[in-house]
Amino acid sequence: MSPAKPTKAVPTLAGFAAARPLHWNSWVAGVVCLVVGVIIPVLNVGPSPRSAFHISDFFVTLVGKLTCYGIVAVAMDLVWGYAGVLSLCHAVFFALGGYAMGMYLMRAIGTEGNYRSLLPDFMVFLDWKELPWYWEGFNRFGFAMAMALIVPGVVAFIFGFFAFRSRIGGVYFSIVTQALTYAAMLLFFRNATGFGGNNGLTDFKRILGYPLREPSTRAALCAITGLALGLTYALCRYIIGSRAGRVMTAMRDAEAKVRFSGYDPVAYKLFAWTVSAMLCGLAGALYVPQVGIINPSEMQPSSSVEIAIWVAVGGRGTLAGAILGAFLVNGAKSWLTVAFPTAWLYFLGVLFVVVTLVVPGGIVESFSGLLKGGGFLTKYFGGLGVKRAAAGPETAAAAPVSTGGPGVGEEQEQP
Amino acid sequence: MMNARIFSPLGRWSRMRVASLLPVVMLGMLLLAAPARAEGENDYASALKGIANPSTDAVVQAITALGATEDPRALKFLQSLDGGDVAVDAAGGVFVRDRGGALHDAATGALANAPDAHPLIVDNSIRRILAPTVSRLQLRSPDPTVRLAAVEDVAGRASSDDAPALRDALAQEKVASVHKALVSALAELDLASDDPKQRMAAIAAIDAEGSERLRPKLETLIAKHDDGTFGEPDANVRAAAEKVVKGLQRKQVVFDTTADVLYGLSMGSILLLSSLGLAITFGLMRVINMAHGEMLMLGAYATYVTQQFFHAHLPEHESWYLLAAVPVALITTMAVGALLERTVIRFLYGRPLETLLATYGLSLLLIQIVRTIFGAQNVAVGNPPLLSGGFEIFEGVVVPYNRIAVILFTIVVVTFVGYVLRGTSLGLRVRAVTQNRPMAACMGIRTEWVDMWTFALGSGVGGLGGVAISQLGNVGPDLGQSYIVDSFLVVVLGGVGKLVGSVVAAFGLGILNKLLEPLAGAVLGKIIVLMTVILVIQKRPQGLFAPKGRTVESA
Amino acid sequence: MSAQLQVDKVTVSFDGFRALNDLTLHLEAGELRCIVGPNGAGKTTLMDIITGKTRPDVGTVTFEGKDITRFAEHEIVALGIGRKFQRPTVFPGHTVFENLELTSHGPKGVFKMLFARLTADQRQAIEKTLELIGLTDHATRLAGLLSHGQKQWLEIGMLLIQQPKLLLVDEPVAGMTQQEIERTEEILSGLAGAHTVVVVEHDMDFVRSIAQKVTVLHEGSVLAEGQMSDVQNDPKVVEVYLGA
Repeated sequence: MSPAKPTKAVPTLAGFAAARPLHWNSWVAGVVCLVVGVIIPVLNVGPSPRSAFHISDFFVTLVGKLTCYGIVAVAMDLVWGYAGVLSLCHAVFFALGGYAMGMYLMRAIGTEGNYRSLLPDFMVFLDWKELPWYWEGFNRFGFAMAMALIVPGVVAFIFGFFAFRSRIGGVYFSIVTQALTYAAMLLFFRNATGFGGNNGLTDFKRILGYPLREPSTRAALCAITGLALGLTYALCRYIIGSRAGRVMTAMRDAEAKVRFSGYDPVAYKLFAWTVSAMLCGLAGALYVPQVGIINPSEMQPSSSVEIAIWVAVGGRGTLAGAILGAFLVNGAKSWLTVAFPTAWLYFLGVLFVVVTLVVPGGIVESFSGLLKGGGFLTKYFGGLGVKRAAAGPETAAAAPVSTGGPGVGEEQEQP
Repeated sequence: MMNARIFSPLGRWSRMRVASLLPVVMLGMLLLAAPARAEGENDYASALKGIANPSTDAVVQAITALGATEDPRALKFLQSLDGGDVAVDAAGGVFVRDRGGALHDAATGALANAPDAHPLIVDNSIRRILAPTVSRLQLRSPDPTVRLAAVEDVAGRASSDDAPALRDALAQEKVASVHKALVSALAELDLASDDPKQRMAAIAAIDAEGSERLRPKLETLIAKHDDGTFGEPDANVRAAAEKVVKGLQRKQVVFDTTADVLYGLSMGSILLLSSLGLAITFGLMRVINMAHGEMLMLGAYATYVTQQFFHAHLPEHESWYLLAAVPVALITTMAVGALLERTVIRFLYGRPLETLLATYGLSLLLIQIVRTIFGAQNVAVGNPPLLSGGFEIFEGVVVPYNRIAVILFTIVVVTFVGYVLRGTSLGLRVRAVTQNRPMAACMGIRTEWVDMWTFALGSGVGGLGGVAISQLGNVGPDLGQSYIVDSFLVVVLGGVGKLVGSVVAAFGLGILNKLLEPLAGAVLGKIIVLMTVILVIQKRPQGLFAPKGRTVESA
Repeated sequence: MSAQLQVDKVTVSFDGFRALNDLTLHLEAGELRCIVGPNGAGKTTLMDIITGKTRPDVGTVTFEGKDITRFAEHEIVALGIGRKFQRPTVFPGHTVFENLELTSHGPKGVFKMLFARLTADQRQAIEKTLELIGLTDHATRLAGLLSHGQKQWLEIGMLLIQQPKLLLVDEPVAGMTQQEIERTEEILSGLAGAHTVVVVEHDMDFVRSIAQKVTVLHEGSVLAEGQMSDVQNDPKVVEVYLGA
């Protein structure tokens, strides 16, 4: 957060405020949380279905789902937009949280399943006689929620520790995380892994005794998700506003210099990365009771890349932009996949290209540019004009193409 | 979803028994082989007479007598009898019905007019003697293929009555494969003998022949039953059997490992073909080309289109379509690559993460375009006749020709890429630009032109990979997705910018994968491989073959 | 007492090329040492070895009696060794003030930093440094937007505010005006005594004006060491470096 008042005429404070559009972002995030957390659930439960103010159950579930994606996007922005680490395995963390919640929901079915057994249906189907050891404890909600955070956190910590320690950075890290995603997906597709294989976990009945089919339960879940998004935003905002957050962005721009300033980049990356993974787990845990299913296709490598594009669309390093990006892209997906099924991939493909090429700052930057007048157009041509020689923090942080050695994994000093 | 194919992108190699085709061949040979011989004429004719006897015993005797003759007609006749084509009449005439239904005199072969002839009923007691007799006659056939089939036949029946006939045949057998089969068959019979000595001899014979087929038999001998007894009561015999089983197991391990290494080489060549283009675009240009998998896919579709073109317009040359597909795929994917480089990628040099996202978008677009044009279903790309089939390297291990062709094709492509980069002026410029862009520009090299051609080359090599992949697996719009992760791992593992590294990494990963598969299963094997790569990158973040140096470390 | 920094019999090779060859260098506390040598003599590699950027194949580096050969960069910084790079390296996305704040002396752990507040002492130190490097008016500008010379100054400031015991300065005056060079001389000379300073420099006038002791590197080894005037007259040195 901002330092104390300056004693002399050094205009540091004003400088911080000018350099970071803090207020603007927090306003956006706050409004989104209020709408999702309060207004939509209230308008769903309150007015009668015939009222003009009534919001349909379908819409509530959709918004709840989008809000979960919003949490993932904020988590991704923390680690990509601020710490400069592009993860292609956030979908795995999301799914791990989802599976933890799914396991609780499976156990909560009790003997109401198709086979009237205490075992989850798929285990009966596979002719398993007893619950595998790692399913123990998931009959308790608190334990399952803790696992939804801890498991992604531990996986991220262990993987990140090895990766960051050996200075796998930049695109190398992305590629290796993509391989991890791939491995995790293969693992969860196996029946023998014990998470329902292809079909995953589904047919949930109730959460904490409340039937999942009831609109009131759904509205409550939506409200909780909105609250979770707000807390996620506040946490990430605090982290990036702290000096640790400034070390992270410094590390993104000039890692070697951070190291020679006495900071251990491994610790900072690991912190951002683990926190981000745990937030994804939280999002996954909130997602599963609302959509009613979790299966390995949630961990596809492509899902992870899509998370990155939500953030890029909204604008990296803005948090609120990430939320907007997640809502816009997934809203478009929900609409297009129904209205124009074949057009969705064209849309997504073009979106990837256009965003990276034309509006690398995302909509938040374009929007604020438009407000300032003409900024958007400058950005448009600026984006096209960016070549390898371009200056500025983003390009400067990237490894120059011209080095003879394969220095992608190793950070380069500033030219 | 792509999971079905990624578990084992190369498919399973067919393991088939060539021998199972033999009965068909055998019948064909029989139709040709019937030169009458003067010697034994009387035996044959007199034995035939018994056939017409209404008494079943007499018929059985006649069949036994026929089996003892050296006459080649006897076999043919008995087979006709087995097929229900023999008729007799009250006058003692014996006839064979041909396919047209006409009757021939069994002794002379002349057309016969026998209105009273009725089909000879082959009852079970006749059939019981008929089959072994036919086999015994076949064991004496001059044709080794027929003999081999007969041995298999006898062995499958496993009746101790056949033992003498087999022993006779063994004594005279010169052809190695038949000899081996005879020993196996005899050993199998002897194992069932009551005499421990004979069983011992059988085990020794199995050992000497190294016949893998009989290992299960031996294993039942040494297996302990629930009540504490063994399949084999004699401890000495059991010990001998155990020894032989161990030996056979060791041999099998060697066979399997060799086969796995060969399969691994094949998988490695696919990995190499799919990652070689990436080694150029990513390794040399540092472009994180997530659309590289789609270059493979486009190459495969170019092959498909070429095949359809030949089918429609040049059907007489259709078997050569694959040769034409190579340049078609190369040019198509090079053009697509050049187009992408000029329109999108050139704006993103030096921004690797953005490149990753943009090229991912391009890959989605390419997939959807192909889906729109060709449909979401897989298309059928056939193997030319020359590449169908395969040859057997060990008992039961067949290497398909298309796999061998792919390995050879890989060598050609690697050589081609090596030549382009090392031996042409384009290669010289590429290396100059990738090593020091500003200096290259100062030397008058058109770096933009070089960028375009390098990217086109990488894409084109991907397209060549697609041609090969089309010969091995399904061709569908999602094809590229299943190769991209592996391809990146190969390039990263090999060391970015090092083609040699990619070659070693591809074959290393391929072989490791295939060796792990039988131990851990396809999925776990794959996961172990991924983890291994991640661990190797831990130790050598620059890849296996990256140079250590000031260029990497210093400012 | 043994020397503050001891580089003993260090050899580093890159793909067969020996960047440092059995090099031994001792520095006393408070010394101001210049290291000169032709291109490829191993000056930058020596810096890399001391700061943990490169690990030696053979040999040890000892700082205040502690073997730091295998230490990570940030651990070495924590012990009190600071380095300024040849090309100015600042955090381009942060303001000048923040650049100094981030490099301020103090704990650097992630959880400490999460709750860190700027203390009055730190603020004072930053303001003093800003004044020293003449960037007070630019405190709120993004460091990426500074001119080359200003970045040089900022980096020197960032180095000073770390309060290191040993400063390694790689070509500090490249791209500076005569006036700025003189100011740098002043600062570096002022530091010596309380700090140990190692300067790698090509500019012989600059070296002559500040150096108490000079080490000449050649092909990865120490060719000569001593007072500037002695070294200048050493025939070996004249031949490989100064003679031309």
